[in-house]
Formats: sequence, structure tokens, C-alpha cells
Amino acid sequence: MVVVRVVLGLLTLFAVSVVIFVATQALPGNAAYAVLGHSATPQRLHALEDQLHLNRSLPSQYGSWIGGVLGGNFGTSLANRESVSSLIGPRLVNSAVLVIGAGLVGTLFAGILGLIAAARRDGLFDHVASVIALTITALPEFVVAIALVIVFAVNLLHILPAVSTIPPGTSPLDDISALWLPIGTLSLVIAPYIFRMTRGAVIEALESDYVEMAELKGISRWRVLLVHALPNSLPPVIQVIGLNLLYLAGGIVVVEYVFNYPGIGAALVDAVSNRDIPTIQFIVLILAAFYVFVNITTDVIALMASPRRRARR
Amino acid sequence: MSSRGQIGALTAPRRVVGRGTRREWLVILKRATRSRRGAVGLSLAGFVVLLALIGPLIAPHSPTAPVTLFPFSKPTSAASLGSDVLGRDVLSRVLDGGAVLLGIAAAATAIGVAAGVILGIAAAYYGRWTDGIIMRTVDVFLAFPQLVFALLLVSVVGPKLWLIMVAVGISHAPQVARVIRSVALDVCERDYVKAVELMDTPARKVMFGEILPNLSSVVMVELGLRFTTSIVIIAGLSFLGLGIQPPAANWGLMINENRIGLGVNPWAVVVPASLIALLTIGLNTYTDAIARASLGVDRPAEEMVVATGIILDRSA
Repeated sequence: MVVVRVVLGLLTLFAVSVVIFVATQALPGNAAYAVLGHSATPQRLHALEDQLHLNRSLPSQYGSWIGGVLGGNFGTSLANRESVSSLIGPRLVNSAVLVIGAGLVGTLFAGILGLIAAARRDGLFDHVASVIALTITALPEFVVAIALVIVFAVNLLHILPAVSTIPPGTSPLDDISALWLPIGTLSLVIAPYIFRMTRGAVIEALESDYVEMAELKGISRWRVLLVHALPNSLPPVIQVIGLNLLYLAGGIVVVEYVFNYPGIGAALVDAVSNRDIPTIQFIVLILAAFYVFVNITTDVIALMASPRRRARR
Repeated sequence: MSSRGQIGALTAPRRVVGRGTRREWLVILKRATRSRRGAVGLSLAGFVVLLALIGPLIAPHSPTAPVTLFPFSKPTSAASLGSDVLGRDVLSRVLDGGAVLLGIAAAATAIGVAAGVILGIAAAYYGRWTDGIIMRTVDVFLAFPQLVFALLLVSVVGPKLWLIMVAVGISHAPQVARVIRSVALDVCERDYVKAVELMDTPARKVMFGEILPNLSSVVMVELGLRFTTSIVIIAGLSFLGLGIQPPAANWGLMINENRIGLGVNPWAVVVPASLIALLTIGLNTYTDAIARASLGVDRPAEEMVVATGIILDRSA
């Protein structure tokens, strides 16, 4: 089962790499010309075509790119002649801090609220929280980010920095204040779905026979909720947490750009503006690989976390 | 809430056989619009859409020429929302900057949902290797976050309007296809589909004459969700400076170019951001009302989604 998922995942990644290659190097139009734009002289065009192997056949271009990727050589950035891996490596760590931070904060926060809403179903808290969740769900992350900047940094309170630049060579964890707004934005954006799914799954579990049984035995309400209902609602919730981690892979692009945070999302925006093809290819490949990895992991964890499944073994 | 009797008639058993009445979508829309949630959502979104459509006609100044020499000047009688980063009239740019955004988002939604519906129904109806090929391809495209996919396509060709429209449309298709397929699988097994097949009806007619009308509520919910997402992505691309190109005004771009003056004239950011927020909140709320109305019971969208075996995905 797990093996099949991993093999399918690798096949998906291979297909993903073909799509990335086609979009950046094989679409009609000369990529070298697009990169150089008005500054294209025949010599520079020729040099760039050489670097990107544009003068060879498409399969051979793809072969040399993917061969390099598999061998750990991701190419040279067109923007500043550094190797893509040394350019992206430190930024990858910074982005990971954001994704993990937002994943933890958003999941805990929304999970607890969802549990409370389910326990007091149709109460005031449930209704208010559900309406707020529906509202936040709809908001683009840059609107949430700007709203937080207005409230906490520029206009109302002045307690957090509006930009989260991190000096090169230092860790994002050195100055936590820079992390609050980006992590806050991403957590808020993923929270509504986790809230709604936790609420829904726990309510479903509360209506089941085994919870009624536990209640009839006289077990306290909170013990029923935490020990009986919650574990049985975990598998669908884990799937949603996985989905939201995937969502974060796209969300970091805008949020890092807003806060000038040096991660791979902001790097992707720069690379697209500069038409830095090797960097674009590498970052998109990383984001897609992250997707495949999270998908497989959540499937496996959801399988293992299901009490019913465990009991069968 | 004009008369309770009417609503009662609508919620009464509408179908005797498993087949949806033609015009079922109209009934659902009416019911959604009459619910409180739907009315609130539709008015919010309607207000913003109306403003965007008539805005270019009533803008007091040029959206692209400066009205003052000073960037980020405070609101005055001449410029009631002040000026922006280049001294242009914020109100005029706000009024002018919605129509293009809405137009491209609508086109992208139409492309994405149409492609997704065709792929989803074809996968469910033909099954076997057609299903396999379509769904594995869908899996591959799902691996790209939607915004990243749009960025990828825009990277070499440049931010052209038609390309943004197509890129966002294509990025919707896999998501829609997956949802439609899972619902269509069930419809394909129903007796009336089998009956029509026995009459030698061509596959195209079975798929779009018999199966599609029974998916109307799911298609409507998808249209609502994808329209909201389109606006989020296209405004987001503009915000990143990679969408609709300056100097033409649009709300996403305005937020980005004016945020350095947030401390001086916040209206240049707050107004476009609020309009985007009202629009997406309104659309989402109305979509939620449609989902509830199509169930006939007051259950929120995600419970319907669990009921039909789909995981509602969010993606931008």
C-alpha cells in the first residue's frame, strides 16, 4: 500500500517535471529572447541559448536539465550567476520555518476552537465562530496580511514590524518579532477549514453509538469528548491539515512578498519578474515535490491514526 | 421572504423518480437567494460588481493622470479619497479598477469549470482507461499550487491578459474535474441513464443531455467557488506586479503600489482591499447558501461535501 503510493508519487513528480519544462522552455517563443528582452544582441542570445541548451532538441534539453537535477546540479541563476542551490538553500530553511510555524499555530488554534464549537453545538460560540470562519475563508491572503499590517504595525498599534527582512547569515528564529505577522497571516488563512472540519468530524463522532454508550456509562462529558470522540475524528482532520499544508505551499508566495521575507516564495516572484528560468524551474519543482510528499504522508498517517483500523490488526 | 407558502411548495418533494427536473438549477438559485445567508451574500457581491461595472462611467478624474503633485495627499474636496503614490485620484482609480478584474475572473471561471465538467463527466462515464488517463493527469496538475501554476505560465510569455485568463482557467480544471467525476459516477449508474443508453443514444447526448442536468447543483457550487478563487488569484497576481499591467488601475495593484504610503493616506489601500474583501466574502456566502439550498436542509457546505464523498479543497 505505502510502496504503491510512493511509486505513484515518483511517477507524478516525473510528469510534473515535464510540465515545468514545457511551460518554461518548450512553449512557442524563444525563451532566450524573453529573458534578454531589449538587451538581446546576437552574441548574448547565442551565449544564453548555449547555457540553457536551447539550440538542442527538446528531449535532449529536458534530459540535460533533469539529469542535472537528479545529480544535485540545479543550474545557474540567470539573474546573478550564482548556482541556484546556493541561492535557494538558506531561503528554503526560512520558508520551512514559516510553513511549520503556521501549520502548528493554525492547527492548534483552529482545532481547539472546532472542538469547543462541536461540544457546544448551536450555542452562541458555535454560531459566531462559524460566521467568522466563513468570512475569513473567502479572504485573499494579501488582504489578511495588509489588514494585520494596518492593525499591528502601521496605523493602529505599533507593536510589530511591517517588514520581516532577515539579514543574510542569521536565522529567522533569532528575531521572533519578525515572524509574528507572516505566521499570523498564514495561520488565519488556514484556520477556517481546520475549524470547520474538526467541528464537523467531532459532531459526527458525538452522534455515534459508542459515544452514546460511553455517556450511558456515566463518563464525564469532557472525557467523552477528548478520549472517545476526538480520536475517531482524527483521520478526516489529518487529511484537512495535509490539504492546508499544501495550501501553505502556495500561500507563502504572496505572504513572503508582502513582508519582504527572504524565503523561496519571494524568490519565485523575483525570478518570474527577472525571467530567471533555472531558478523558476527549481522552486516550482520543490513546491510540487512538497505537495507529493505531504499527500503521501497524510494518507499514511490518516491510515495509522484510525482507531478502527488499529483495532483490526 | 415574501410568502411562506411558496417556500413550502419548493421544499416539498420535488422529484418522484431519481431524476432532477429540468430547471432544477433555477429552483435552487431562487431558494438560495431567499435564504437570509444568500440574500446577504448576494447583496454584498452585487454591490461591488455594480460599483465595478458603472465605476468607469462615473469616475470624476482620469484614473491614470495625476490630479496633484503630491503623492499620498489626504482626502480633499477635489479628491475625496486623497491621492495615490503618483498623485493620481484614488477614488477614480478605485472606480476604474474593478471591471477588468471581474471580466478576466469570469472568463477564467467559465474556461475552468467548462473544462473540468467535460473532463469529469467523461472520466465517470467512460471509466476504464479514459478515467485512468484523465485522473492521473489531474493528479499531476493538482501538484501545482494554483498561483504558482499561473506564475509558471506567465514567466516566459509575460503577463498578457489572455494568458492570465487561460492559466487561471487551466488551474481550475483539475479541481473541478475531480469533484464532478465523483458525483457523476453515481449518476451514471442510475436507471434512466441505462435506459437512454439502451435506445442507442450517442455518448455525447447521454453525457450532456442526461448526466449534466443532474449535476446542476454541484456545477453551481463549483462556479461560485471557482469565481471566488479566480478573483483571489488574479488580484493576487496583480498585487505581485505580474497581472494586469500598470498604469491601468486595478484593486490588487493599487494595494501593492500604495502600501508604502499606508501611514500617510491609508484610504489608497483600505478602499481597494475592502472592496476585494466584500466581493469574495459575498460570493463565498452566496455559494454556501446555494450548497445549503441544493441539499434542501440547512447544512453547511462542508457537510454536504462530506456527504457526497468529496473533500472540499481550497486552493489559490
